[in-house]
Amino acid sequence: MVTLTVNGRQHQTDAETDTPLLYVLRDELGLNGAKFGCGLGQCGACTVNVDGRAIYSCLTPIVALEGKEITTLEGLGTVDKPHPLQRAFMDEQAAQCGYCIAGMIMRANALLQNQPGASEAVIRAHMQPNLCRCGTHMRILRAVRRAALAMKEAAR
Amino acid sequence: MRAGRIVLGLLVILILCGGAFFFWASWPEIAAIQPPAKTSFDPAAVKRGGELVAIGNCITCHTRSDGKPLAGGRALTTPFGRIYATNITPDPDTGIGRWSQEAFDRAMRRGVDRRGEHLYPAFPYDHFTQLSENDLKAIYAYLMTREPVQALMPANELPFPLNLRVTVAAWKLLFLRTGTYRSDPVHDVEWNHGAYLANSLAHCGACHTPRNFLAAEERGDAFGGGSAEGWYAPALNAASPAPVPWTKDSLYTYLRHGFEAQHGSPTGPMREVVASLAQVPESDVRAIATYVASLAPPNPDRQRRAEALLRKLGQPETVGAALPAPPNAGAAIFAGACAVCHSPTRSSGSAEGINLALSSAVNGPDPRNAIRVIIGGIHQADTEPGPLMPDFGGAFTDAQIADLLNYVRTRFAGQPTWPDLLDHIRRIRQGQDNS
Repeated sequence: MVTLTVNGRQHQTDAETDTPLLYVLRDELGLNGAKFGCGLGQCGACTVNVDGRAIYSCLTPIVALEGKEITTLEGLGTVDKPHPLQRAFMDEQAAQCGYCIAGMIMRANALLQNQPGASEAVIRAHMQPNLCRCGTHMRILRAVRRAALAMKEAAR
Repeated sequence: MRAGRIVLGLLVILILCGGAFFFWASWPEIAAIQPPAKTSFDPAAVKRGGELVAIGNCITCHTRSDGKPLAGGRALTTPFGRIYATNITPDPDTGIGRWSQEAFDRAMRRGVDRRGEHLYPAFPYDHFTQLSENDLKAIYAYLMTREPVQALMPANELPFPLNLRVTVAAWKLLFLRTGTYRSDPVHDVEWNHGAYLANSLAHCGACHTPRNFLAAEERGDAFGGGSAEGWYAPALNAASPAPVPWTKDSLYTYLRHGFEAQHGSPTGPMREVVASLAQVPESDVRAIATYVASLAPPNPDRQRRAEALLRKLGQPETVGAALPAPPNAGAAIFAGACAVCHSPTRSSGSAEGINLALSSAVNGPDPRNAIRVIIGGIHQADTEPGPLMPDFGGAFTDAQIADLLNYVRTRFAGQPTWPDLLDHIRRIRQGQDNS
Protein backbone atom coordinates (compact mmCIF):
# COMPACT_ATOMS: atom_id res chain seq x y z
CA MET A 1 0.00 0.00 0.00
CA VAL A 2 1.49 3.30 -1.12
CA THR A 3 0.17 6.71 -0.02
CA LEU A 4 0.41 9.49 -2.59
CA THR A 5 -0.22 13.20 -2.07
CA VAL A 6 -1.73 14.55 -5.28
CA ASN A 7 -2.84 18.17 -5.58
CA GLY A 8 -2.89 18.43 -1.80
CA ARG A 9 -5.05 15.33 -1.21
CA GLN A 10 -3.87 11.98 0.06
CA HIS A 11 -4.68 8.80 -1.82
CA GLN A 12 -3.90 5.21 -0.94
CA THR A 13 -3.30 2.76 -3.73
CA ASP A 14 -2.93 -1.00 -3.89
CA ALA A 15 -0.96 -0.84 -7.11
CA GLU A 16 2.39 -2.64 -7.25
CA THR A 17 5.21 -0.46 -5.91
CA ASP A 18 6.95 -0.35 -9.30
CA THR A 19 3.83 0.98 -11.10
CA PRO A 20 4.53 4.27 -12.85
CA LEU A 21 2.67 7.22 -11.35
CA LEU A 22 0.94 7.98 -14.67
CA TYR A 23 -1.14 4.78 -14.52
CA VAL A 24 -2.30 5.51 -10.99
CA LEU A 25 -3.19 9.11 -11.89
CA ARG A 26 -5.23 8.11 -14.93
CA ASP A 27 -6.63 4.70 -14.03
CA GLU A 28 -7.29 5.09 -10.30
CA LEU A 29 -7.60 8.80 -9.59
CA GLY A 30 -9.29 9.84 -12.83
CA LEU A 31 -6.76 12.62 -13.36
CA ASN A 32 -6.45 12.52 -17.14
CA GLY A 33 -4.41 15.68 -17.69
CA ALA A 34 -1.07 13.89 -17.93
CA LYS A 35 -0.90 11.81 -21.11
CA PHE A 36 0.84 8.64 -22.18
CA GLY A 37 3.03 9.59 -25.13
CA CYS A 38 6.07 7.39 -25.61
CA GLY A 39 6.41 5.73 -22.22
CA LEU A 40 10.17 6.21 -22.50
CA GLY A 41 10.80 9.71 -21.14
CA GLN A 42 11.42 11.02 -24.65
CA CYS A 43 8.40 13.26 -25.26
CA GLY A 44 7.26 14.85 -21.99
CA ALA A 45 3.49 14.40 -22.51
CA CYS A 46 3.27 12.76 -19.06
CA THR A 47 5.07 15.59 -17.20
CA VAL A 48 3.83 16.46 -13.71
CA ASN A 49 5.50 18.27 -10.81
CA VAL A 50 6.98 16.56 -7.76
CA ASP A 51 8.10 18.89 -4.98
CA GLY A 52 8.13 21.67 -7.56
CA ARG A 53 10.24 19.88 -10.17
CA ALA A 54 9.18 18.49 -13.54
CA ILE A 55 9.24 14.69 -13.75
CA TYR A 56 8.14 12.08 -16.27
CA SER A 57 5.19 10.37 -14.58
CA CYS A 58 5.40 7.46 -17.05
CA LEU A 59 8.84 6.57 -15.66
CA THR A 60 8.43 7.35 -11.97
CA PRO A 61 7.41 4.34 -9.89
CA ILE A 62 5.06 5.20 -7.04
CA VAL A 63 7.43 3.68 -4.47
CA ALA A 64 9.65 6.72 -5.03
CA LEU A 65 6.88 9.22 -4.32
CA GLU A 66 5.72 8.63 -0.78
CA GLY A 67 5.88 11.80 1.27
CA LYS A 68 6.35 14.02 -1.80
CA GLU A 69 3.94 16.66 -3.14
CA ILE A 70 2.63 15.71 -6.58
CA THR A 71 0.96 18.44 -8.66
CA THR A 72 -0.85 17.69 -11.91
CA LEU A 73 -2.50 20.02 -14.40
CA GLU A 74 -5.77 19.58 -12.45
CA GLY A 75 -4.06 21.10 -9.40
CA LEU A 76 -3.20 24.38 -11.11
CA GLY A 77 -6.46 26.22 -11.71
CA THR A 78 -10.13 25.84 -12.50
CA VAL A 79 -12.31 26.77 -15.47
CA ASP A 80 -13.50 29.84 -13.57
CA LYS A 81 -10.13 30.71 -12.18
CA PRO A 82 -7.37 29.48 -14.49
CA HIS A 83 -3.73 29.54 -13.47
CA PRO A 84 -1.66 32.25 -15.25
CA LEU A 85 -0.10 29.52 -17.41
CA GLN A 86 -3.51 28.15 -18.41
CA ARG A 87 -4.73 31.72 -19.08
CA ALA A 88 -1.65 32.38 -21.27
CA PHE A 89 -2.06 29.15 -23.26
CA MET A 90 -5.71 30.10 -23.96
CA ASP A 91 -4.82 33.69 -24.88
CA GLU A 92 -2.12 32.54 -27.28
CA GLN A 93 -4.29 29.68 -28.60
CA ALA A 94 -1.20 27.58 -27.99
CA ALA A 95 -2.65 24.20 -28.85
CA GLN A 96 -3.50 22.31 -31.96
CA CYS A 97 -4.38 18.73 -31.07
CA GLY A 98 -3.60 19.50 -27.43
CA TYR A 99 -2.08 16.16 -26.50
CA CYS A 100 1.25 17.62 -25.35
CA ILE A 101 -0.16 20.70 -23.63
CA ALA A 102 -0.66 19.36 -20.11
CA GLY A 103 2.98 18.26 -20.09
CA MET A 104 4.12 21.57 -21.55
CA ILE A 105 2.24 23.56 -18.91
CA MET A 106 3.55 21.43 -16.07
CA ARG A 107 7.14 21.64 -17.28
CA ALA A 108 6.81 25.42 -17.63
CA ASN A 109 5.22 25.59 -14.17
CA ALA A 110 8.25 23.92 -12.57
CA LEU A 111 10.42 26.69 -14.03
CA LEU A 112 8.17 29.70 -13.40
CA GLN A 113 7.39 28.75 -9.79
CA ASN A 114 11.07 29.20 -9.01
CA GLN A 115 11.95 31.80 -11.62
CA PRO A 116 8.99 33.99 -12.53
CA GLY A 117 10.19 36.20 -15.36
CA ALA A 118 12.70 33.65 -16.69
CA SER A 119 14.49 34.81 -19.85
CA GLU A 120 13.82 33.51 -23.34
CA ALA A 121 17.06 31.48 -23.35
CA VAL A 122 16.27 29.89 -19.99
CA ILE A 123 12.72 29.06 -21.10
CA ARG A 124 13.91 27.44 -24.33
CA ALA A 125 16.56 25.33 -22.59
CA HIS A 126 14.09 24.29 -19.90
CA MET A 127 11.31 23.32 -22.34
CA GLN A 128 13.70 21.36 -24.59
CA PRO A 129 12.67 17.85 -23.41
CA ASN A 130 8.98 18.31 -24.31
CA LEU A 131 7.85 17.62 -27.86
CA CYS A 132 4.83 18.84 -29.85
CA ARG A 133 4.14 16.89 -33.02
CA CYS A 134 1.75 19.48 -34.45
CA GLY A 135 4.50 22.08 -34.55
CA THR A 136 2.89 24.53 -32.16
CA HIS A 137 6.21 25.28 -30.46
CA MET A 138 6.26 28.98 -31.34
CA ARG A 139 2.84 29.56 -29.79
CA ILE A 140 3.78 27.44 -26.78
CA LEU A 141 6.91 29.53 -26.24
CA ARG A 142 4.87 32.72 -26.60
CA ALA A 143 2.41 31.43 -24.01
CA VAL A 144 5.18 30.56 -21.57
CA ARG A 145 6.74 34.01 -22.03
CA ARG A 146 3.34 35.63 -21.49
CA ALA A 147 2.81 33.61 -18.32
CA ALA A 148 6.32 34.46 -17.15
CA LEU A 149 5.52 38.16 -17.41
CA ALA A 150 2.16 37.73 -15.69
CA MET A 151 3.66 35.70 -12.85
CA LYS A 152 6.47 38.21 -12.41
CA GLU A 153 3.91 41.03 -12.18
CA ALA A 154 1.87 39.01 -9.69
CA ALA A 155 4.96 38.30 -7.60
CA ARG A 156 5.65 42.02 -7.09
CA MET B 1 82.07 30.55 13.41
CA ARG B 2 81.87 27.36 11.41
CA ALA B 3 78.07 27.33 11.65
CA GLY B 4 78.03 30.92 10.45
CA ARG B 5 79.99 29.93 7.33
CA ILE B 6 77.65 27.06 6.57
CA VAL B 7 74.62 29.35 6.87
CA LEU B 8 76.33 31.92 4.66
CA GLY B 9 77.23 29.24 2.11
CA LEU B 10 73.66 27.91 2.03
CA LEU B 11 72.34 31.45 1.64
CA VAL B 12 74.61 32.08 -1.35
CA ILE B 13 73.51 28.81 -2.95
CA LEU B 14 69.87 29.69 -2.32
CA ILE B 15 70.27 33.13 -3.88
CA LEU B 16 72.07 31.68 -6.89
CA CYS B 17 69.38 29.05 -7.38
CA GLY B 18 66.64 31.64 -6.92
CA GLY B 19 68.34 33.93 -9.42
CA ALA B 20 68.79 31.10 -11.90
CA PHE B 21 65.12 30.14 -11.46
CA PHE B 22 63.86 33.68 -12.07
CA PHE B 23 66.15 34.04 -15.06
CA TRP B 24 64.85 30.73 -16.43
CA ALA B 25 61.28 31.64 -15.56
CA SER B 26 61.19 35.03 -17.26
CA TRP B 27 60.31 35.33 -20.88
CA PRO B 28 60.51 38.45 -23.04
CA GLU B 29 57.44 40.03 -24.59
CA ILE B 30 57.02 39.22 -28.29
CA ALA B 31 56.23 42.39 -30.26
CA ALA B 32 52.58 42.99 -31.10
CA ILE B 33 51.75 42.83 -34.79
CA GLN B 34 49.06 44.41 -36.94
CA PRO B 35 46.31 41.79 -37.20
CA PRO B 36 47.12 39.96 -40.47
CA ALA B 37 44.66 40.13 -43.35
CA LYS B 38 42.49 37.06 -43.78
CA THR B 39 43.69 36.78 -47.36
CA SER B 40 47.30 36.38 -46.20
CA PHE B 41 46.62 32.78 -45.15
CA ASP B 42 46.70 29.72 -47.38
CA PRO B 43 43.09 28.42 -47.69
CA ALA B 44 44.31 24.82 -47.42
CA ALA B 45 46.01 25.63 -44.11
CA VAL B 46 42.84 27.34 -42.86
CA LYS B 47 40.78 24.28 -43.75
CA ARG B 48 43.18 21.85 -42.06
CA GLY B 49 43.40 24.24 -39.11
CA GLY B 50 39.63 24.00 -38.66
CA GLU B 51 39.85 20.22 -38.55
CA LEU B 52 42.71 20.37 -36.06
CA VAL B 53 40.81 22.81 -33.85
CA ALA B 54 37.94 20.31 -33.86
CA ILE B 55 40.30 17.44 -32.94
CA GLY B 56 41.67 19.59 -30.11
CA ASN B 57 38.09 20.42 -29.09
CA CYS B 58 39.30 23.96 -28.41
CA ILE B 59 35.82 25.37 -28.73
CA THR B 60 34.48 23.61 -25.64
CA CYS B 61 36.71 25.37 -23.13
CA HIS B 62 37.12 28.58 -25.10
CA THR B 63 33.39 29.29 -25.47
CA ARG B 64 30.88 30.39 -22.84
CA SER B 65 27.48 28.69 -22.87
CA ASP B 66 25.84 31.92 -24.07
CA GLY B 67 28.91 33.29 -25.87
CA LYS B 68 30.31 33.46 -29.38
CA PRO B 69 32.56 30.59 -30.53
CA LEU B 70 36.17 30.76 -29.27
CA ALA B 71 35.58 34.08 -27.47
CA GLY B 72 36.46 32.53 -24.11
CA GLY B 73 35.00 33.14 -20.68
CA ARG B 74 34.11 29.62 -19.70
CA ALA B 75 35.10 28.85 -16.11
CA LEU B 76 37.18 25.75 -15.52
CA THR B 77 36.80 24.43 -12.02
CA THR B 78 40.11 23.07 -10.76
CA PRO B 79 40.94 21.71 -7.31
CA PHE B 80 42.71 25.04 -6.67
CA GLY B 81 40.11 27.52 -7.91
CA ARG B 82 38.47 28.83 -11.05
CA ILE B 83 40.32 29.65 -14.21
CA TYR B 84 38.62 31.41 -17.11
CA ALA B 85 39.46 30.32 -20.65
CA THR B 86 40.77 33.14 -22.81
CA ASN B 87 39.41 34.76 -25.95
CA ILE B 88 41.22 33.15 -28.89
CA THR B 89 39.42 35.03 -31.65
CA PRO B 90 41.64 37.51 -33.54
CA ASP B 91 40.26 40.57 -31.74
CA PRO B 92 43.26 42.91 -31.44
CA ASP B 93 42.45 44.15 -27.93
CA THR B 94 40.83 41.24 -26.09
CA GLY B 95 41.82 38.25 -28.25
CA ILE B 96 44.97 37.09 -30.04
CA GLY B 97 44.73 39.50 -33.00
CA ARG B 98 48.14 41.01 -32.25
CA TRP B 99 49.88 37.69 -31.74
CA SER B 100 52.45 36.65 -34.35
CA GLN B 101 52.87 33.03 -35.35
CA GLU B 102 55.92 33.00 -33.08
CA ALA B 103 53.91 34.20 -30.09
CA PHE B 104 51.20 31.64 -30.81
CA ASP B 105 53.75 28.81 -31.09
CA ARG B 106 55.36 29.85 -27.80
CA ALA B 107 52.00 29.74 -26.02
CA MET B 108 51.21 26.30 -27.43
CA ARG B 109 54.65 24.79 -26.84
CA ARG B 110 55.84 26.56 -23.70
CA GLY B 111 52.72 27.90 -22.04
CA VAL B 112 53.86 31.52 -22.21
CA ASP B 113 51.64 34.27 -23.62
CA ARG B 114 52.68 37.05 -25.99
CA ARG B 115 53.60 39.41 -23.18
CA GLY B 116 55.80 36.77 -21.54
CA GLU B 117 53.39 35.72 -18.78
CA HIS B 118 53.12 32.07 -17.80
CA LEU B 119 49.82 30.41 -18.68
CA TYR B 120 48.13 28.07 -16.24
CA PRO B 121 48.32 24.42 -17.28
CA ALA B 122 44.52 24.19 -17.36
CA PHE B 123 45.47 25.08 -20.93
CA PRO B 124 47.02 21.74 -21.91
CA TYR B 125 50.32 22.93 -23.38
CA ASP B 126 51.93 19.93 -21.73
CA HIS B 127 50.25 18.12 -24.67
CA PHE B 128 50.32 20.84 -27.33
CA THR B 129 54.11 21.06 -26.97
CA GLN B 130 54.25 17.92 -29.12
CA LEU B 131 52.56 19.59 -32.11
CA SER B 132 54.38 19.81 -35.42
CA GLU B 133 55.26 23.15 -36.94
CA ASN B 134 52.91 22.61 -39.88
CA ASP B 135 49.97 21.89 -37.62
CA LEU B 136 50.71 24.97 -35.49
CA LYS B 137 50.71 27.03 -38.68
CA ALA B 138 47.38 25.57 -39.75
CA ILE B 139 45.77 26.14 -36.34
CA TYR B 140 47.06 29.72 -36.27
CA ALA B 141 45.75 30.29 -39.81
CA TYR B 142 42.32 29.02 -38.82
CA LEU B 143 42.08 31.05 -35.60
CA MET B 144 43.33 34.27 -37.22
CA THR B 145 40.66 34.03 -39.93
CA ARG B 146 37.69 33.74 -37.51
CA GLU B 147 35.42 36.68 -36.79
CA PRO B 148 37.07 38.80 -34.10
CA VAL B 149 34.93 39.07 -30.99
CA GLN B 150 35.53 41.71 -28.36
CA ALA B 151 35.18 39.93 -25.02
CA LEU B 152 37.07 40.51 -21.78
CA MET B 153 37.57 37.64 -19.36
CA PRO B 154 36.73 37.69 -15.68
CA ALA B 155 39.80 37.52 -13.42
CA ASN B 156 40.84 34.01 -12.36
CA GLU B 157 39.82 33.01 -8.86
CA LEU B 158 42.95 31.45 -7.42
CA PRO B 159 44.33 31.69 -3.87
CA PHE B 160 47.76 33.08 -2.98
CA PRO B 161 50.41 32.07 -4.03
CA LEU B 162 48.88 30.37 -7.10
CA ASN B 163 47.54 33.73 -8.27
CA LEU B 164 51.19 34.65 -8.96
CA ARG B 165 52.01 33.29 -12.39
CA VAL B 166 55.62 32.67 -11.47
CA THR B 167 54.40 29.64 -9.49
CA VAL B 168 53.52 28.13 -12.87
CA ALA B 169 57.21 28.30 -13.79
CA ALA B 170 58.02 26.11 -10.79
CA TRP B 171 55.32 23.69 -11.93
CA LYS B 172 56.85 23.61 -15.41
CA LEU B 173 60.30 22.95 -13.95
CA LEU B 174 58.89 19.89 -12.19
CA PHE B 175 56.49 18.54 -14.79
CA LEU B 176 56.68 20.07 -18.28
CA ARG B 177 58.59 18.09 -20.88
CA THR B 178 58.73 20.05 -24.13
CA GLY B 179 59.46 18.71 -27.61
CA THR B 180 57.55 17.63 -30.69
CA TYR B 181 56.21 14.10 -31.11
CA ARG B 182 58.78 11.55 -32.28
CA SER B 183 57.33 8.71 -34.24
CA ASP B 184 57.83 5.18 -33.02
CA PRO B 185 59.39 3.02 -35.76
CA VAL B 186 57.94 -0.14 -34.21
CA HIS B 187 54.45 0.98 -35.26
CA ASP B 188 52.91 1.81 -38.63
CA VAL B 189 52.04 5.23 -40.00
CA GLU B 190 48.38 5.11 -38.90
CA TRP B 191 49.27 4.20 -35.31
CA ASN B 192 51.86 6.96 -35.18
CA HIS B 193 49.43 9.53 -36.59
CA GLY B 194 46.94 8.45 -33.91
CA ALA B 195 49.54 8.56 -31.14
CA TYR B 196 50.59 12.01 -32.29
CA LEU B 197 47.04 13.38 -32.35
CA ALA B 198 45.93 11.70 -29.12
CA ASN B 199 48.96 12.84 -27.15
CA SER B 200 49.28 16.32 -28.57
CA LEU B 201 46.23 18.12 -29.86
CA ALA B 202 43.43 15.82 -28.66
CA HIS B 203 45.05 15.83 -25.20
CA CYS B 204 43.20 12.63 -24.22
CA GLY B 205 45.46 12.19 -21.20
CA ALA B 206 44.36 15.53 -19.75
CA CYS B 207 41.22 13.75 -18.54
CA HIS B 208 42.02 10.03 -18.85
CA THR B 209 45.32 10.10 -16.92
CA PRO B 210 45.24 10.50 -13.14
CA ARG B 211 46.86 13.65 -11.74
CA ASN B 212 49.12 14.09 -8.74
CA PHE B 213 48.50 16.55 -5.88
CA LEU B 214 49.96 19.37 -8.00
CA ALA B 215 47.58 18.52 -10.84
CA ALA B 216 50.28 17.15 -13.12
CA GLU B 217 49.58 13.94 -14.99
CA GLU B 218 51.07 10.82 -13.41
CA ARG B 219 53.52 9.78 -16.11
CA GLY B 220 53.83 6.31 -14.65
CA ASP B 221 50.08 5.70 -15.01
CA ALA B 222 49.32 7.18 -18.43
CA PHE B 223 45.65 6.64 -19.40
CA GLY B 224 44.99 4.96 -16.05
CA GLY B 225 41.69 6.87 -15.57
CA GLY B 226 41.13 10.41 -14.35
CA SER B 227 38.53 13.13 -13.90
CA ALA B 228 36.89 15.81 -16.01
CA GLU B 229 34.50 18.41 -14.63
CA GLY B 230 33.29 16.02 -11.97
CA TRP B 231 32.95 13.04 -14.32
CA TYR B 232 35.10 9.93 -14.21
CA ALA B 233 37.22 9.59 -17.35
CA PRO B 234 37.65 5.82 -17.56
CA ALA B 235 41.01 4.14 -17.85
CA LEU B 236 42.00 3.48 -21.46
CA ASN B 237 44.89 1.13 -20.62
CA ALA B 238 44.75 -2.39 -19.22
CA ALA B 239 42.66 -1.05 -16.32
CA SER B 240 39.76 -0.18 -18.67
CA PRO B 241 36.45 -1.02 -16.96
CA ALA B 242 34.70 -1.84 -20.26
CA PRO B 243 33.25 -5.37 -19.92
CA VAL B 244 33.84 -5.91 -23.64
CA PRO B 245 37.39 -4.80 -24.51
CA TRP B 246 37.55 -1.93 -26.95
CA THR B 247 38.85 -2.60 -30.45
CA LYS B 248 39.92 -0.07 -33.03
CA ASP B 249 36.65 -0.61 -34.90
CA SER B 250 34.40 -0.22 -31.86
CA LEU B 251 36.38 2.85 -30.75
CA TYR B 252 36.06 4.35 -34.21
CA THR B 253 32.29 3.83 -34.21
CA TYR B 254 31.98 5.34 -30.73
CA LEU B 255 34.21 8.35 -31.42
CA ARG B 256 32.73 9.04 -34.84
CA HIS B 257 29.02 8.32 -34.33
CA GLY B 258 28.47 8.73 -30.59
CA PHE B 259 27.03 5.26 -30.02
CA GLU B 260 28.47 1.78 -30.05
CA ALA B 261 26.27 -1.22 -29.35
CA GLN B 262 28.57 -2.97 -26.88
CA HIS B 263 29.63 0.19 -25.02
CA GLY B 264 26.85 2.76 -25.29
CA SER B 265 26.97 6.55 -25.61
CA PRO B 266 29.46 9.09 -24.40
CA THR B 267 28.35 11.12 -21.38
CA GLY B 268 29.53 14.31 -19.71
CA PRO B 269 32.37 16.23 -21.38
CA MET B 270 33.04 13.31 -23.76
CA ARG B 271 29.84 14.20 -25.64
CA GLU B 272 31.44 17.44 -26.81
CA VAL B 273 34.59 15.61 -27.84
CA VAL B 274 32.59 13.18 -29.94
CA ALA B 275 30.51 15.99 -31.47
CA SER B 276 33.80 17.59 -32.59
CA LEU B 277 35.18 14.34 -33.97
CA ALA B 278 32.11 13.97 -36.19
CA GLN B 279 33.39 16.95 -38.20
CA VAL B 280 36.95 15.87 -38.97
CA PRO B 281 38.35 13.52 -41.65
CA GLU B 282 37.55 9.90 -41.03
CA SER B 283 41.24 8.98 -41.29
CA ASP B 284 42.12 11.12 -38.26
CA VAL B 285 39.46 9.43 -36.12
CA ARG B 286 40.53 5.97 -37.34
CA ALA B 287 44.13 6.77 -36.42
CA ILE B 288 43.15 7.91 -32.92
CA ALA B 289 41.03 4.77 -32.48
CA THR B 290 43.91 2.57 -33.62
CA TYR B 291 46.28 4.13 -31.12
CA VAL B 292 43.84 4.19 -28.18
CA ALA B 293 42.84 0.56 -28.77
CA SER B 294 46.53 -0.38 -28.53
CA LEU B 295 46.78 1.11 -25.02
CA ALA B 296 45.09 -1.98 -23.59
CA PRO B 297 47.02 -4.94 -24.93
CA PRO B 298 44.99 -8.04 -25.83
CA ASN B 299 44.16 -10.03 -22.73
CA PRO B 300 42.87 -13.57 -23.36
CA ASP B 301 41.19 -13.70 -19.93
CA ARG B 302 39.21 -10.51 -20.48
CA GLN B 303 38.36 -11.64 -23.98
CA ARG B 304 36.97 -14.95 -22.72
CA ARG B 305 34.91 -13.21 -20.04
CA ALA B 306 33.56 -10.75 -22.60
CA GLU B 307 32.56 -13.55 -24.96
CA ALA B 308 30.84 -15.42 -22.15
CA LEU B 309 28.97 -12.25 -21.18
CA LEU B 310 27.86 -11.58 -24.76
CA ARG B 311 26.66 -15.18 -25.12
CA LYS B 312 24.68 -14.80 -21.93
CA LEU B 313 23.15 -11.49 -23.04
CA GLY B 314 22.27 -13.04 -26.40
CA GLN B 315 19.89 -15.45 -24.66
CA PRO B 316 17.32 -13.23 -23.00
CA GLU B 317 14.90 -16.09 -22.45
CA THR B 318 17.28 -17.76 -20.00
CA VAL B 319 18.81 -14.68 -18.39
CA GLY B 320 16.43 -13.19 -15.86
CA ALA B 321 13.44 -14.32 -17.93
CA ALA B 322 11.33 -12.29 -15.55
CA LEU B 323 12.58 -9.43 -13.42
CA PRO B 324 13.05 -10.73 -9.90
CA ALA B 325 10.18 -9.79 -7.60
CA PRO B 326 11.14 -6.41 -6.17
CA PRO B 327 12.80 -7.30 -2.86
CA ASN B 328 13.83 -3.73 -2.15
CA ALA B 329 13.18 -0.16 -3.22
CA GLY B 330 16.10 -0.21 -5.66
CA ALA B 331 14.66 -3.11 -7.61
CA ALA B 332 11.20 -1.51 -7.72
CA ILE B 333 12.65 1.79 -8.94
CA PHE B 334 14.62 -0.04 -11.61
CA ALA B 335 11.52 -1.91 -12.74
CA GLY B 336 9.39 1.25 -12.91
CA ALA B 337 11.89 3.78 -14.20
CA CYS B 338 14.75 2.04 -16.02
CA ALA B 339 13.56 -1.34 -17.27
CA VAL B 340 11.46 0.05 -20.09
CA CYS B 341 14.72 0.88 -21.91
CA HIS B 342 17.39 -1.07 -20.02
CA SER B 343 15.65 -4.36 -19.36
CA PRO B 344 17.56 -7.27 -20.84
CA THR B 345 14.25 -9.00 -21.57
CA ARG B 346 12.17 -6.26 -23.14
CA SER B 347 12.77 -4.58 -26.42
CA SER B 348 11.68 -0.99 -26.78
CA GLY B 349 12.44 -0.07 -30.34
CA SER B 350 14.28 3.10 -31.08
CA ALA B 351 14.90 4.06 -27.47
CA GLU B 352 16.50 0.77 -26.57
CA GLY B 353 19.10 1.55 -23.94
CA ILE B 354 22.33 -0.32 -23.52
CA ASN B 355 22.27 -3.45 -21.41
CA LEU B 356 23.77 -2.19 -18.16
CA ALA B 357 25.96 -5.29 -17.89
CA LEU B 358 27.97 -3.71 -20.75
CA SER B 359 28.19 -0.22 -19.26
CA SER B 360 31.56 1.13 -18.12
CA ALA B 361 29.73 3.54 -15.81
CA VAL B 362 28.09 0.62 -13.99
CA ASN B 363 31.15 -1.66 -14.06
CA GLY B 364 33.80 0.98 -13.32
CA PRO B 365 35.46 1.83 -10.02
CA ASP B 366 33.93 5.30 -9.71
CA PRO B 367 30.17 5.86 -9.33
CA ARG B 368 30.07 9.49 -10.43
CA ASN B 369 29.08 8.95 -14.06
CA ALA B 370 26.19 6.67 -13.15
CA ILE B 371 24.99 9.20 -10.55
CA ARG B 372 25.27 12.15 -12.91
CA VAL B 373 23.46 10.35 -15.72
CA ILE B 374 20.57 9.42 -13.42
CA ILE B 375 20.27 12.96 -12.00
CA GLY B 376 20.78 14.90 -15.22
CA GLY B 377 20.02 12.44 -18.02
CA ILE B 378 21.85 12.50 -21.32
CA HIS B 379 20.64 15.39 -23.41
CA GLN B 380 20.97 16.17 -27.05
CA ALA B 381 22.10 19.57 -28.23
CA ASP B 382 19.39 22.25 -28.08
CA THR B 383 18.64 21.94 -31.76
CA GLU B 384 17.96 18.20 -31.65
CA PRO B 385 14.73 16.65 -30.40
CA GLY B 386 14.29 15.05 -27.03
CA PRO B 387 16.69 13.60 -24.48
CA LEU B 388 18.60 10.39 -25.10
CA MET B 389 18.10 9.47 -21.51
CA PRO B 390 15.61 11.38 -19.40
CA ASP B 391 16.71 12.99 -16.14
CA PHE B 392 15.52 11.61 -12.83
CA GLY B 393 16.96 14.23 -10.48
CA GLY B 394 13.49 15.60 -9.72
CA ALA B 395 11.88 12.21 -9.22
CA PHE B 396 14.22 10.53 -6.76
CA THR B 397 15.77 11.47 -3.44
CA ASP B 398 19.47 10.91 -2.76
CA ALA B 399 18.65 7.76 -0.81
CA GLN B 400 16.46 6.43 -3.63
CA ILE B 401 19.26 6.98 -6.17
CA ALA B 402 21.61 5.10 -3.82
CA ASP B 403 19.10 2.21 -3.52
CA LEU B 404 18.78 2.10 -7.29
CA LEU B 405 22.53 2.13 -7.93
CA ASN B 406 23.23 -0.51 -5.30
CA TYR B 407 20.73 -2.71 -7.07
CA VAL B 408 22.07 -1.96 -10.56
CA ARG B 409 25.68 -2.46 -9.51
CA THR B 410 25.12 -5.86 -7.92
CA ARG B 411 22.65 -7.14 -10.50
CA PHE B 412 24.35 -6.02 -13.71
CA ALA B 413 28.03 -5.67 -12.84
CA GLY B 414 28.02 -8.49 -10.30
CA GLN B 415 30.32 -6.38 -8.18
CA PRO B 416 30.18 -5.14 -4.59
CA THR B 417 28.38 -1.81 -4.16
CA TRP B 418 30.44 1.38 -4.37
CA PRO B 419 31.69 2.68 -1.02
CA ASP B 420 30.44 6.11 0.15
CA LEU B 421 27.79 6.15 -2.56
CA LEU B 422 25.31 8.34 -0.69
CA ASP B 423 28.05 10.84 0.07
CA HIS B 424 28.98 11.04 -3.64
CA ILE B 425 25.33 11.60 -4.53
CA ARG B 426 24.94 14.39 -1.95
CA ARG B 427 28.06 16.15 -3.13
CA ILE B 428 27.05 15.99 -6.78
CA ARG B 429 23.54 17.20 -5.95
CA GLN B 430 24.96 20.14 -4.02
CA GLY B 431 27.10 21.12 -6.98
CA GLN B 432 30.35 20.13 -5.30
CA ASP B 433 32.83 17.69 -6.76
CA ASN B 434 33.04 19.49 -10.10
CA SER B 435 36.71 19.27 -10.88
